[in-house]
Amino acid sequence: MEAGTATHPDQEPAAGALLARRLAARRRPGEAAIKGFLFLCALLSVATTIGIVVALAQPTIDFFGSVNFFDYLGGTDWAPLFKPRSFGVLPLVVGTLTTTFWACVVALPFGLGAAIYLSEYAATRTRRYLKPALEVLAGIPTVVYGYFALTFVTPLLRDIGLSAEVFNALSAGLVMGVMILPTVASLSDDALTAVPMALREGAYGLGASRLQVSTRVVVPAALSGIVASFVLGISRAVGETMIVLIAAGLQPTIAFNPLHGVETMTAYIASTGIGDVPTGSVEYKTIFAVGATLFAATFLMNMVSIRLVRRYREVYE
Amino acid sequence: MSAIPVGARRVGPASSKERVKGVAFRALLLFSLAVGFITLVTLLVDVVNDGAGKLSWHFLSAFPSSIPSHAGIQSPIFGTVALMLLTALFAVPLGVGAALYLEEYANKARWYNRAIEINIQNLAAVPSIVYGILGLAFLVRGLSLGRVLLAGALTLTLLVLPIVIIASREAIRSVPNSIREGALALGATRWQMIRRQVLPAAIPGIATGSILALSRAIGETAPLILIGALTFVPFNPTGLDSAFTALPIQIFNWVSRPQDEFHVLAASAIIVLLVLLLAMNAFAIWLRNRYQRRW
Repeated sequence: MEAGTATHPDQEPAAGALLARRLAARRRPGEAAIKGFLFLCALLSVATTIGIVVALAQPTIDFFGSVNFFDYLGGTDWAPLFKPRSFGVLPLVVGTLTTTFWACVVALPFGLGAAIYLSEYAATRTRRYLKPALEVLAGIPTVVYGYFALTFVTPLLRDIGLSAEVFNALSAGLVMGVMILPTVASLSDDALTAVPMALREGAYGLGASRLQVSTRVVVPAALSGIVASFVLGISRAVGETMIVLIAAGLQPTIAFNPLHGVETMTAYIASTGIGDVPTGSVEYKTIFAVGATLFAATFLMNMVSIRLVRRYREVYE
Repeated sequence: MSAIPVGARRVGPASSKERVKGVAFRALLLFSLAVGFITLVTLLVDVVNDGAGKLSWHFLSAFPSSIPSHAGIQSPIFGTVALMLLTALFAVPLGVGAALYLEEYANKARWYNRAIEINIQNLAAVPSIVYGILGLAFLVRGLSLGRVLLAGALTLTLLVLPIVIIASREAIRSVPNSIREGALALGATRWQMIRRQVLPAAIPGIATGSILALSRAIGETAPLILIGALTFVPFNPTGLDSAFTALPIQIFNWVSRPQDEFHVLAASAIIVLLVLLLAMNAFAIWLRNRYQRRW
């Protein structure tokens, strides 16, 4: 198809239009080069993901050359640095689950509660101040939370009569819960505010109270977004390092006792990384094997969360 | 009640029981919101209580030491500032470039553009320690950079890049299309339009987002631990290939010692770190209020 005939089939194209067409048709290598460069910038993010996978894969494969895969996944004894060596990852998984559980106890109900208040109860002006203020919590460095858990929350737990050890899963988990609370609140709030006004008006028109509208109409309608915020919050808790490294201890255990010390996957990676382990040794490879386990778990949760958010966006926006 | 069909509800003013339930629910929600703020205030008061007494010019200007009364944070401060500048230097141009591609050039119908977008969202949620593993494997050991400032800055660059991209995209998206159309109608090429119209209009938003991303980077500890910044460093970084430490690293070092004297030092260093973060955030907010245009 000829470009000029589409708009003015009867007239002779004006000189200006001819010039414009010739300019548009002119090859501009500079423009193409810029586009190519910007594309490369965007591609760097994909390269990062590939880099992570490659960095984790090779030593992990090597690791499973010397350690049976099922002994790793199903083993209940984690002692990679002492003889007799044992590479059962379950104690690290249990440690991670314990701290994550207590983080969820704080972050999920209070995060959702804060989100419902922000979207259904607060005045628009209050909301404009409250939301960024809440996000300050997410901006506090995790090493600061670690200090707080160790030097304030743990002594507090002991003061109220719990026989908590100096390093315990409970205080690390609770503080971690406060850290991820804004993530849960902010994403849930996005999902709640995306619910169309007409649904609320319909319910109010039928005589429902604000409580009923919130819990029986808006929350169910925003459920996929709320679940997405929960999943992302859990993923954050699983991947958090400094709080558990400082306050939860380094004792691999398969007991879910929150008052005792535990070792999480992240804490193991960090504490092993501090020591200058020789490249190629089994200790060095455990960093990558545990890292791959952690990456796989959080990657899966992040993808689920992204999917769920897309779903409610498709329905309401 | 038996006359009312199943599923129907009584219409009219709420019963007193309903009203009590409503008030209780509202109180519960307010309490949820308060949990975060109460913890924040408690944390700040606790840290200031523990650490304010130790803050002095000597503490800011002395180097780390194994004797608590001599210890200071000069090299961690210099290390943090150097990391921040280098990370900004790498992450902002790359992040803005990627954002420009995704907003101005990418055809959303193409699978690879969608893949890049999902990938960036996912990277933003990858645990920071995984970036540390990446830095350890590729930068420190693979490229044999060693445990140096450049390796730290590059690791943090990869870590904050997704955040810079997401913030920059939002800023670019908020520039109205009429500006683009006007520029193109006057004969500008696509890049001329971006360079002279879109970018200048988006810069305040990009700057705000980038500063907030950087303030996340300077609080990061885990990836730096993994690439080996946790050495005792009583000197300021001298170049890209210099060993380094940073404020969060020094704080972690002090927190992980059992003696109370070191915990006090940690609290003092935390105050300095939080003041630095507060200054950056305040600057970002000021920048946004001062320069951001409403279209």
